[in-house]
Amino acid sequence: MSDNDKIKKVSIIISRGSLEGVYPGLIMANGARMEGIEANLFFTFFGLYGILKKYMNDLKIATVGNPSMRIPDAKGFSMPTLLGALPGMSAFATHMMNKEMEKIDIPPVGEFIEMISDAGGKIYACKATVDMFHLKDDDFCPQMDGVITVGEFYEQAAGSQIIFT
Amino acid sequence: MPDTTINGITVSVDADGYLTDHSQWSRELAEGLAAAEGITLTDAHWKILDFIAADYAEKSAVPGMRRMNKVGGIPTKELYALFPDGPIKKAAKIAGFPKPTSCV
Repeated sequence: MSDNDKIKKVSIIISRGSLEGVYPGLIMANGARMEGIEANLFFTFFGLYGILKKYMNDLKIATVGNPSMRIPDAKGFSMPTLLGALPGMSAFATHMMNKEMEKIDIPPVGEFIEMISDAGGKIYACKATVDMFHLKDDDFCPQMDGVITVGEFYEQAAGSQIIFT
Repeated sequence: MPDTTINGITVSVDADGYLTDHSQWSRELAEGLAAAEGITLTDAHWKILDFIAADYAEKSAVPGMRRMNKVGGIPTKELYALFPDGPIKKAAKIAGFPKPTSCV
């Protein structure tokens, strides 16, 4: 692979606020930095919960509307939707997954954001969502680099691959 | 398996330039591997390389970023400052270990 074929920069949009909605973008951004690729993260809509300091470490897996959900583990029985709606189901599934992630050294969301920021990745919040949810700078984790419009996002993303998650 | 000569020492490496036989590694060789990456090794670099070696002996794997932070006590920022653009891959290569296989 010649140097010209290499990806030099990625801009990753995180639009969902479930645990499984936020993590892939974080892993991709961190992985990019580890390869020497520049990385921007743009959090929008419910994805914004990934950088709200009060909620970021309390994201849950969606157990409803998730036809791939299986119990008691990833190769177990398909879980009926009604069961997924039971109180505590989401918390339980989340607990199980967090335990597995801890084993392979995937950090909790807050620590992961800090790691990406320390690695030089940039973290932005979507202005439209911030206005819609009535959020203030103080609601965000300290690593948040700025609240930007979609236009500014495209400016920041110049020369990068854009990945929507 | 291609052979390559670094600092006058001939060693076996894989297609990505990682040593295939750790017994061929020496501190002198590390200086040469680092130079090829544009890095001059200091005590701070050696602290990281030594941690990788100690952890590899225990786990048979190159430690990921979080393990470097938590077990090695090496902050993320320091790793990126000392081994820019791909800290763990570069540190693993210089320390004479295989290409890291962890996603995090």
